[in-house]
Amino acid sequence: MQLFLPIADIPVNVFLILAMGAAVGFVSGMFGIGGGFLMTPLLIFVGISPAVAVASVSSHIAASSMSGAISYWRRRSIDPALAAVLLTGGSIGTAMGVWTFTWLRSLGQLDLLIALSYVILLTSVGGLMFWEGLRAMLRASRGNPVPMRRSGSHSWVHGLPLKMRFKRSKIYLSVIPVVAIGLLIGFLGAIMGIGGGFILVPLMIYLLRVPTSTVIGTSMVLTLVTMLFATMLHAVTNHLVDAVLALILMVGGVTGAQFGARAGQKIRGEHLRLLLGLLVLAVGVRFAFELGIKPAELFTVRETGGAT
Amino acid sequence: MKARALVIPGLALVAATMAAAPAHAEKLIVSVSNHRVTVTPNYSGEELVLFGSVEKDATTPPNRTYDLVVTIAGPRADMVTRRKERKFGIWINTDSRQFLQVPSYLAIFSNRPIDAIASPEVQRRQQLGMNNVVLTQRVGTDYADVVPNDPFRSAFVRLRSQHGLYRESSSAVTFLTPTLFRNGIPLPAEVPIGTYNVDIKLFADGQLVTRTETAFEIVKVGFEQFVATSSRQNGFAYGLATVMMALMTGWMASIVFRKD
Repeated sequence: MQLFLPIADIPVNVFLILAMGAAVGFVSGMFGIGGGFLMTPLLIFVGISPAVAVASVSSHIAASSMSGAISYWRRRSIDPALAAVLLTGGSIGTAMGVWTFTWLRSLGQLDLLIALSYVILLTSVGGLMFWEGLRAMLRASRGNPVPMRRSGSHSWVHGLPLKMRFKRSKIYLSVIPVVAIGLLIGFLGAIMGIGGGFILVPLMIYLLRVPTSTVIGTSMVLTLVTMLFATMLHAVTNHLVDAVLALILMVGGVTGAQFGARAGQKIRGEHLRLLLGLLVLAVGVRFAFELGIKPAELFTVRETGGAT
Repeated sequence: MKARALVIPGLALVAATMAAAPAHAEKLIVSVSNHRVTVTPNYSGEELVLFGSVEKDATTPPNRTYDLVVTIAGPRADMVTRRKERKFGIWINTDSRQFLQVPSYLAIFSNRPIDAIASPEVQRRQQLGMNNVVLTQRVGTDYADVVPNDPFRSAFVRLRSQHGLYRESSSAVTFLTPTLFRNGIPLPAEVPIGTYNVDIKLFADGQLVTRTETAFEIVKVGFEQFVATSSRQNGFAYGLATVMMALMTGWMASIVFRKD
C-alpha cells in the first residue's frame, strides 16, 4: 500500500516502513536501547532525506522510551534525582544540537555532518563494545568470570566537587559529570536522530558507577525527555517532522520491542553485548564506506524557499 | 564563466511582448482540459491536454504551414545546486550555485525539433527550448544566466528532468488538421502545487506569428496536505501534537503489552 508522506514528500510503502519499525523495535527491545542509530540510517537508505529522517525518528524514539519508562517506573527502577540532573544537561544539549543542525543545513553540510558523526561514533563505540563483549566471552569460556562492578574502586570522577546524594541509586556523586553526559547525549541525539542509549548506558555504568538496577530506567527518562524536546524544536524551527512517518514507525516499533525484549531474555549478557557491538560497528562502517566511494551523482538540488 | 545575457527577467518579458507586438492575421485559440488539478493522496501523476486552433482571416497568406512551441512554467522558487568533491578522502559538498526564482516545473513542447522551427537568433530571443530558457543564477553580485553547458546549469536541468519536472519534447504537439492542434502535458507524481503558466507561440517560416497565454492550477487536497500545511504554518501546535502522539502511543503500548 503506497502512502504519500507529507513532509518527506515522497510516496512510500506503508508495510515496508511498518516492517522496518518492527525490526528496529525488536532489536531495541532485545538490547534495551532506543534503536535510533538503526532507524535513521534505514530511513535514509529508503530515500528519505537525512534531515527529515533525523527529525521524525526523534518522535519515534520518544514513543518507545515512553513505554519503556512506564514499565521501569512501575518497578521503581528510575532514580528521579539522577534523571533530573541529567535532564538539565540534556535540555541544553538538545537545544544546541538543533541549533547546529539548522545552521549546517543552511550551509548544505548537514548530510555530511550526520554521516561523519555516525562513522566516528558508531565505529568507535561499536568497536569498543565488540571488543569488550569478546573479552568477556573469552573469560567466561576459560571459566573465570570477572565481576562486572568493582564496588569501592573510585575513579577521578569521584574527586570532583559539587557532590550530591542520589538516594535510589545509592551513590554519592558530583553533578558535573552527570550534567556533562546529559549535554553530550542531548547534543548528539538532536543531530543524529538517536536516543543515545547505547552510549549513555555504558557511560553511566563505567564512569558514574550507577548500579544496574536503575541505569536503564533512568537513561530512558533522559532519552524520552530529550527526544520530546528535540521533536518540538525540529517541528518549530525546521518544519521537518513527518508525523505520518513517525506514527507508522511508532506502531511498528513498540510492537517489535515487546517480542525483542522476550528474545533478549533468552540470550546471555556478554553475547548480547557482542551482538550489539557488531551491529553498531556495521552501521558505522556502512556510513564510512558511503563517504569514501565516489557517488553516482555529484550534484544535488534543493529548494531554498521563495516559492510564489 | 561567461555571462550570456545580463537581463532581469522583467526586462526580458517586456522585450518579448514587444517582439510579439506586430499584429498578424492569425489568432490562437486555446484551452486546457482541466484548469484546476487536485492532487489526492493516491495521486500518481496525470496528463492534461491542451487543445487549440489557429484562426485565420482575410489577410492571412494562404497555404502557410505553422509550427508551435508550448512552454509551461510551474510556480517559481529559489533552488541551490551543490557539487560534491573529494576532500580528505571523502566526498563532500564544496561548490554551490543559487538559482533564483526558476520554475519548479518546466516543460517545452513543440511539433518538431526547435532547430527546424526557428533560427538560433530567434530561439534565443524567444527563449525557445531548454538551452534558451533563462534560468537566473546568482553569479557573485550579478544575476545572470550562463552558457547552456555550464556544469551547474546542466546538472540542475538533468536532475529536474530525472524527476520528470523538467522536460522537453519535439513531438508532443500534434497538428490534427493544418490549423487544429493538441498537446499532452504530463504531470509527475511529485508535482509542485501552484499556478502553471502556459505560453503558446505560433511560428511560420521561422518567424513568430502570434502568441497567447493560458494557465492552470494544481492544488493538493486531503489529509496529507493538511499535515504539510499545519507543519509549516503552526510549527508549535504541530510539534505539540506529534509529541502527544508519541506519548500516547508509548502509553498505549505499555498497557496493551503489560506483563505483570
